[in-house]
Amino acid sequence: MSEKKQALKKDFEKELKRLEEIVALLEKGDSPLDESIKLFEEGIEKASDMKKNLEESKRKIEIISKKSGLFTTEKFGDDEI
Amino acid sequence: METPEKIYTVTELNNQAKIMLESEFKGIVLDGEISNFKKYSSGHCYFSLKDSGGQISGVMYRFKAVYLKFIPKDGIKVRVKGTVTLYPVRGSYQIIVDEMHEKGVGELQKKFEELKKKLESEGLFDKSRKRPLPSMPQKIGVITSPTGAAVRDILTVLKRRFSNVHVLLYPVRVQGAEAPGEITAAIEDMNRHFPDIDVLIVGRGGGSLEDLWAFNEEIVARAIFASKIPVISAVGHEIDWMISDFTADVRAATPSVAAEIVLGRKEELIKSVDNAVVRMKNSLNKKCAVMGDRLNAALRRPYLREPELFMSGFEQGFDIAFESLVAVKNRMFDSYTERSRTLYERLNILSPINTLERGYAIAQKADGTVIKRARDAAAGDKINVRLFRGSIGAEVRETVDG
Repeated sequence: MSEKKQALKKDFEKELKRLEEIVALLEKGDSPLDESIKLFEEGIEKASDMKKNLEESKRKIEIISKKSGLFTTEKFGDDEI
Repeated sequence: METPEKIYTVTELNNQAKIMLESEFKGIVLDGEISNFKKYSSGHCYFSLKDSGGQISGVMYRFKAVYLKFIPKDGIKVRVKGTVTLYPVRGSYQIIVDEMHEKGVGELQKKFEELKKKLESEGLFDKSRKRPLPSMPQKIGVITSPTGAAVRDILTVLKRRFSNVHVLLYPVRVQGAEAPGEITAAIEDMNRHFPDIDVLIVGRGGGSLEDLWAFNEEIVARAIFASKIPVISAVGHEIDWMISDFTADVRAATPSVAAEIVLGRKEELIKSVDNAVVRMKNSLNKKCAVMGDRLNAALRRPYLREPELFMSGFEQGFDIAFESLVAVKNRMFDSYTERSRTLYERLNILSPINTLERGYAIAQKADGTVIKRARDAAAGDKINVRLFRGSIGAEVRETVDG
């Protein structure tokens, strides 16, 4: 899970770069229409994946406690924020 | 009441007491705790210094107060240098403070400078070592007191920003003898047991230099340096930098600022992705619009819009050509008619028939030659006399030369 997440993070940087590239290409407007549409589709798909990744995590506030070398986490704070 | 040696006026007494106090207590050093601290808009500071047994009013004028290295607050123990004087108008006495230091700061300051120099020479503050904060901060580790101002401030920012992040609080003491060890252990534990944390915020709210001292400890600095997770140092002490500030990847002036930095990056990312979508849509729309315009322009051409128009154009051309052909033909005929008419008229003038009409006659020999002189014929010749209408066959009886 952690490894997968780590990979996701690294991918995110790459994806962001590609997305920026696509935007630049589209804005230049040199590519023919069918190619532009392909780029557009790729870009939109990337953007929605990225947003999903960014927004998927829930807001969670936890406090760590350490008991005889073991770590447990529990909810912290008085309200559901 | 016996006759006194000297009778003072109030002013005289106050002035004399003032001189005595100022000469006796000039440039003295005094320890005490600040209370009733007030800074006026003029920049002058008024306060009391007290200990368990009593208190004295103090004033620090603006031109001295600007050199203060900390923000004086009630309850802070200070060591001041100043001169005791009397304020004659009120007859109260006070100390005019030239310098004010937090107590024990001199020593701490020296320790701080030494450690700073040492760690700096070891490269713990190197800019090249500073890591960028993660682009996608999802899980944030916070190392601070669970009851302090720092965690409250961070959660407040979180609430205000409506950010979806996972905050893991590692509770530690942030002041006192145990604090440095606990903070160090927390940084190490977070790295070892929660490696999926994206960024660590290590800090506390403001306080006196002594209170903040844990963040100037060498073991804390080394733990921050060794952390694989990027660290934001957030000690609520806006004026001076802590050793932890120099060592961390990013220094935030307060814990709230640290939270803003982390959440801001995430929001920035969401915004830049949204922005990318808008820009892509716009470019494609623009592209489509350009193509559409071209298509429309083509469709607007009359021949495509109304094919009949195209044909009628042809037809019209044909009609025009045909008409002109007819005209040419007519003109040609007209000119022929005209010419033949003139010719006819001229022919008419030349024609003898008109002359015959007036009664003249033409005499011809049998072979058709016209007899113009009498000697052209001889008696007995048969001649033909042509009249306007018809002719007469005749025989020459005689000829008379004329």
